[in-house]
Amino acid sequence: MSKAAVDVPMKGGFSFDLCRRNEMLSKKGVQPPSFLKTGTTIVGLIFQDGVILGADTRATEGPIVADKNCEKIHYMAPNIYCCGAGTAADTEAVTDMVSSQLQLHRYHTGRESRVVTALTLLKSHLFSYQGYVQAALVLGGVDVTGPHLHTIYPHGSTDTLPFATMGSGSLAAMAVFESKYHEGLTRDGGVRLVTEAICSGIFNDLGSGSNVDVCVITKGQTEYLRNHQLPNPRTYINEKGYAFSKKTGL
Amino acid sequence: MGTSKNSAYAYQIVGGWDRLASLNTWGYPYVTGTSVIGIKYKDGILMTADMGGSYGSTLRYKSVERMKPVGKHSLLGASGEISDFQEILSYLDELILYDNMWDDGNSLGPKEVHNYLTRVMYNRRNKFNPLWNSLVLGGIKNGQKYLGTVNMIGVHFEDNHVATGFGNHLARPILRDEWHENLSFEEGVKLLEKCMRVLLYRDRSAVNKLQIAKITEEGVTLSKPYALKTFWQFSAFQNPTVGAEGSW
Repeated sequence: MSKAAVDVPMKGGFSFDLCRRNEMLSKKGVQPPSFLKTGTTIVGLIFQDGVILGADTRATEGPIVADKNCEKIHYMAPNIYCCGAGTAADTEAVTDMVSSQLQLHRYHTGRESRVVTALTLLKSHLFSYQGYVQAALVLGGVDVTGPHLHTIYPHGSTDTLPFATMGSGSLAAMAVFESKYHEGLTRDGGVRLVTEAICSGIFNDLGSGSNVDVCVITKGQTEYLRNHQLPNPRTYINEKGYAFSKKTGL
Repeated sequence: MGTSKNSAYAYQIVGGWDRLASLNTWGYPYVTGTSVIGIKYKDGILMTADMGGSYGSTLRYKSVERMKPVGKHSLLGASGEISDFQEILSYLDELILYDNMWDDGNSLGPKEVHNYLTRVMYNRRNKFNPLWNSLVLGGIKNGQKYLGTVNMIGVHFEDNHVATGFGNHLARPILRDEWHENLSFEEGVKLLEKCMRVLLYRDRSAVNKLQIAKITEEGVTLSKPYALKTFWQFSAFQNPTVGAEGSW
């Protein structure tokens, strides 16, 4: 029995080879780089004609606001959008990847993508990485079988819900939903409720802030309302600008 | 000499309560109550708490009164360790007794009681032997309404609406939006019930048996325990996998 000349790396999943080295380094005081996280409020709800998704626009790096107007509602398909909370790179990469897979699938089948397809692709990817891909998602869309709303957790579990919130501001947003949501909301009522929930996260959670993005998905039409509300304008602006009118030096 | 469980050599705030808990055998809660919410309204203070006493993840006691009147002008609500709450009530009994013994027509108002509690909590924290509670103290004296809170590390403040525990995350956003000066009694109760309903849905240690307490110049009244109505008939709950048979 001859040994293989080259060790073939294992297919799929993470390789944990560097963990021992990382541990040794952190014992010596070398800190790993911090992640860009989207400490976030993301929400979704089902109304009478479809699905409405909402998100704030603050991306944090520890205590610092890295991006004050980022986009957290990601495109998956013309009729499916996905809000992402957690590590920004993970949410971006996983939604991009599944979006491409869905497009290829559309070409292959000649049909509109279904929300459960996106759901299954996302959850099986996240599960195979055992929670290390830190993406918590609110997936919503309208397909031939009707409107759907799902939450997907980093370890790969999913829920099907009439209204959902995720992220650090999820409790503040959920408080609004639990007290005000009812079935048969109109489009305007739904958008108003989503905006209220996101604002509750923006003002009561430190990880969320800046503006409100909304996405309304109905049968045959999607409206992406970027910066639908800007409740944090810059209030104090010096009209004179910063030029000093008098000589201030010697 | 050996490991002393009662003193701390390295008190690390990083990691939270479990660090503090491991440093002394008494510093870990056993029977706990969940959130308390208090608001100011037109005639005084309204406060509410449910009647559950959890023993870890078991719902052990379902008739625990977590709000008690203190003296003539105040009401104390507590979340956290129930035995520490009972101890605090005992301290307050002594405080009120000594106050009455002066027999000078003065009586301790809510502001004074709150200050006393703050000192007690903070001093215990400094000795690494905290009373594991978050307290809400509300009252009205000579027309002045007062609502304050103090917790196990001694953080204290007063505000128009306060909450402990999960109430901070779920109730305070609602209160910040919907509280206003001069709420009527009915409006105040509705607002508190709205918050308690959200807590009932989303806090695992909440029970559907609550009391509402009212303090006005006339005194303290504790309501009888009652339950909130809940709604579970969303169509998504009836058939969650419609369109995706075999999924979950």
